[in-house]
Amino acid sequence: MNTFRAALGRELLVLWRSPAEIINPLFFFVMVISLFPLAISPKPELLATVAPGVLWVAALLAVMLSLDGLFRRDQESGVLDMLLTAPVIPVVPVLAKLLAHWLLTGLPLVLISPLLGHMLQLPDGALGTVMLSLLLGTPALTIVGAIGAALTVGLNRGGILLAVLVLPLYIPVLIFGAGAVSAAAGGANVGGILAILGALLALTISLGPLAVSAGLKISSGN
Amino acid sequence: MSDSSTRLELVQLGCERDDRMLFSGLSLTARAGEIWQITGANGAGKTTLLRILVGLHGFFEGERRWWQPQWQQDLLYLGHQPGVREELNPLENLRYACALNHQAGDPMAALAAVGLRGFEDVPAAHLSAGQKRRVALARLWLQRKAVWVLDEPYTAIDQDGVAQLDAQMQQAAEAGSLVIYTSHHRVGDGVQRLHLENGRAEVVS
Repeated sequence: MNTFRAALGRELLVLWRSPAEIINPLFFFVMVISLFPLAISPKPELLATVAPGVLWVAALLAVMLSLDGLFRRDQESGVLDMLLTAPVIPVVPVLAKLLAHWLLTGLPLVLISPLLGHMLQLPDGALGTVMLSLLLGTPALTIVGAIGAALTVGLNRGGILLAVLVLPLYIPVLIFGAGAVSAAAGGANVGGILAILGALLALTISLGPLAVSAGLKISSGN
Repeated sequence: MSDSSTRLELVQLGCERDDRMLFSGLSLTARAGEIWQITGANGAGKTTLLRILVGLHGFFEGERRWWQPQWQQDLLYLGHQPGVREELNPLENLRYACALNHQAGDPMAALAAVGLRGFEDVPAAHLSAGQKRRVALARLWLQRKAVWVLDEPYTAIDQDGVAQLDAQMQQAAEAGSLVIYTSHHRVGDGVQRLHLENGRAEVVS
């Protein structure tokens, strides 16, 4: 537990001192969504129809783009080797890293999403669902993406490979996330869909860090 | 062959990389209190051998036996890269390494011992290569571990630092640690040397 706390503090500090890593995904998210009304048309009913998909696709891509460098600098500086030879199971520092990464890159997306939803003319009643669905969905996206990042950390240009590996696994989260927002905009009950998102999150939290650790070991030469 | 002072046993260890035999048939017993120097030309497989020893490289034949099942508890491995993140200062880097490795000791004193007094809160990005290496080496001045595996610890270290490191390694061996390191620099007398050349590994001491 002490190891986890020390690792979490360290990860937050490292990220906090590289502000670009925090701002880039957020900036990407806001930019993509503000370009849509300009490109399609500012008609409220049209925007409200595409809004769930636009919000969710933008969030998904923002999370994925932030993950490419998740382990790279640790690998280049030799910290990853230290982590893998330490007497703690790698899941502990990996979990700390994922939590820190989500807190500083995923959570800001969740917090700003109601504003962007409002801009896309979603009914006010659906804005809570936008936040809740992203709150459940983005950690799952972070963890699943981290598996790909761990497997591609040894490669020089892992970006495209990461996308190919990870995007198919993102699809269930995308379908249920955007589905929840659509249902809420149509006035339907979203409890069931959010429960499925929650189940996906529980699955990735419990098994994801193990897969990330295994991926890191494979990348290091085991 | 094996007794209570044995720390590491290698039996017919061999490793192939990119269709090239780095070494094969490597058998040795390393005991507490010994210093092993691994030499060889660039690309001879020194780093790979160390990575096999600490479990970072899994593709090898033969056997590698540590003295206890929980050997990682009592291992200090310093890799080819110093393991220092530029966003953090030396103290933060060292504290993280200690937390991860369950290594007790006073980080401030260790940094002072490696000549980084006054640099504790300077971002590592502003340190020289030698100073970054010293941040990693500061762990040798904390709680002593039973086995030290050091990959090129002398890289970028100045003359005084080399003498200091020699003394620290000898002191650890006298206190009962097994020290294994790669370098062309010889720590002192009584060092066992393992030389890797043309796919063969031989003990020359």
